[in-house]
Amino acid sequence: MSTTLFIVQTLNGLQLGVLLFLIAAGLTLVFGVMDFINLAHGVQYMLGAYLAVTFYGLTGNFGYALLLASIAALLIGLLVEVLVFRRLYERDHLDQVLATFGVILFVNEGVKIVWGAAPRNLPMPDFFSGSVPLMSGLNYPVWRLCIIASGLLIAAGLWFVVTKTRIGMRIRAGATNAAMVSALGVDVRRLFTVVFGFGAMLAGFAGVMVAPILSVEPGMGDSVLILAFVVIVIGGIGSIRGAFLGALLVGLVDTLGRSFATDLFRLVLTASAARQVGPAVASMLIYLLMALVLLLKPAGLFPAKGR
Amino acid sequence: MAAPPIAPATRFAITLPLVLLVALALVPLLAHYLPGERYLIGLFARVMIFAIAAISLDLILGYGGLVSFGHAAFLGLGAYAVGILAEHGIADAVVVLPAALAVAALFALATGAIAMRTRGVYFIMITLAFGQMAYYTATSLSQYGGDDGMRLAARSVVLGHSLLADPRGFYYFVFAALVVVYLFCRMIVASRFGRVLRAARENPVRTETLGYNVHAFRLTAYVISGCICAIAGFLLANQNSFVSPAYMSWQRSGELIVMVILGGMGSLHGAVLGSLVYLLLEELLSGFTEHWKVIFGPLLVLVVLFARGGLIGLFGGGRRG
Repeated sequence: MSTTLFIVQTLNGLQLGVLLFLIAAGLTLVFGVMDFINLAHGVQYMLGAYLAVTFYGLTGNFGYALLLASIAALLIGLLVEVLVFRRLYERDHLDQVLATFGVILFVNEGVKIVWGAAPRNLPMPDFFSGSVPLMSGLNYPVWRLCIIASGLLIAAGLWFVVTKTRIGMRIRAGATNAAMVSALGVDVRRLFTVVFGFGAMLAGFAGVMVAPILSVEPGMGDSVLILAFVVIVIGGIGSIRGAFLGALLVGLVDTLGRSFATDLFRLVLTASAARQVGPAVASMLIYLLMALVLLLKPAGLFPAKGR
Repeated sequence: MAAPPIAPATRFAITLPLVLLVALALVPLLAHYLPGERYLIGLFARVMIFAIAAISLDLILGYGGLVSFGHAAFLGLGAYAVGILAEHGIADAVVVLPAALAVAALFALATGAIAMRTRGVYFIMITLAFGQMAYYTATSLSQYGGDDGMRLAARSVVLGHSLLADPRGFYYFVFAALVVVYLFCRMIVASRFGRVLRAARENPVRTETLGYNVHAFRLTAYVISGCICAIAGFLLANQNSFVSPAYMSWQRSGELIVMVILGGMGSLHGAVLGSLVYLLLEELLSGFTEHWKVIFGPLLVLVVLFARGGLIGLFGGGRRG
């Protein structure tokens, strides 16, 4: 368990955490403000990646692809909100689950029809494709650092918007008590649409950023969606701060667990037993973490609802 | 004197389950005259197995208001009881089934006691967490197939008879299990226990104030539900002659929830209808096009938008609880 490996894995964990934050931010706001369970949020992430592949094919420029794919993800998010989701806000959570599950099936399969079932790749922008020496004997890919940096920047921007601006105040108020905000004369419907579109765009952006280091394939949003739900539940639904800390926690615990669990178990178990138990426990860690958090704080670490 | 008129909803709540069960009972007889007899019998046996699992989920979801997103774990526990005991030479249902029930009951008791501390969405997520823990534990059981799962040499025997080896024998065994489970759950929901469970769903505080220990009632319902789902797992392992961690995946848990909501929750026969429609549509559409989900997905959305209370709502029988 060398220091270099530990630092590399910590950075990888940060990168996963930042990515999860980009997805969880939209999810937690949509959930917190509108009380709407959107299982189809992961689909936006997948669409962002696929759209970037297409726009890259058309323009040959990663920057344009990133911009166009983010805008397209925003438009698709708004379209789905207007066509389907808007009718579901008043409904039971379970109705929302069923309908958004239907949307997942449709989009996952639609993606297979449009882009094919085989995984696609998005080339990394040349300028960022190398790696930088962080210390002696430790080179780290520039692109992953870019993901971390852009995620932190967006987190800072979101923090500013949510805590310092008028719309952010309305969003926070909406997450605490949507009915009261509406009674005070805020057009909650429009607020909902703005939040929804913005969340969809962030998820799409995350999809584009991660496309160069993952294969772009149908269903890639599903497992990320579950992780994002774990994040917002740990952080407390409706809380951006909770989503941020929850995401970093989940990213770090998951990545470091997968790298070091087997080694740690070797300290107390035989080598073969450790090889068997280690990976299983590593995969379980974030769920153990979630169960533990809920046991101690049944509404997450930073509950937004002031009940 | 004319008999007192029966409200359409009530009449429907009696005829629909009856029609469903009679139709399922007749499947092997009718399949005899159709091409692909074995295929049809297998398909409908699968429908009934999932109907049992969906009924078990409906018991806590529809009547208790407890949305378990980890119910597939019980399916897996039932299946792994079959697989692991078979590996050690025990294949008689008389031993395997009680073992499956005991394991499921213990798991439900332990996880339920913790999960009941949370409410609403947090309950959904904590049950998901326990489901995932069961899933990853199964993948680590390398002596029992690990990730790949394990093949069963033969189906379970019943008191030494290889009753389940014959497709029809297996079909009617599953059918009998479905009828028993359905009637058992009907009895539970009609009992005082079921009324307290529903009362706790509507207003836990008031129910508590009336002197009922809501926590104990819910936990009991959770354990019963887990045990019934383990029966479905026992049957599923036998039908496929195969056990794998995939039985416990969260997608499978999600599928069970979808079946219950699709059919109409809080009615028990809605769960049967939901699994029937879900699996038959899947079968039908996938024969029609490889991309059947493009049709199936929007159908689910339409059901939510236009058939409130699930499919049984379409018939005017949609009554929660």
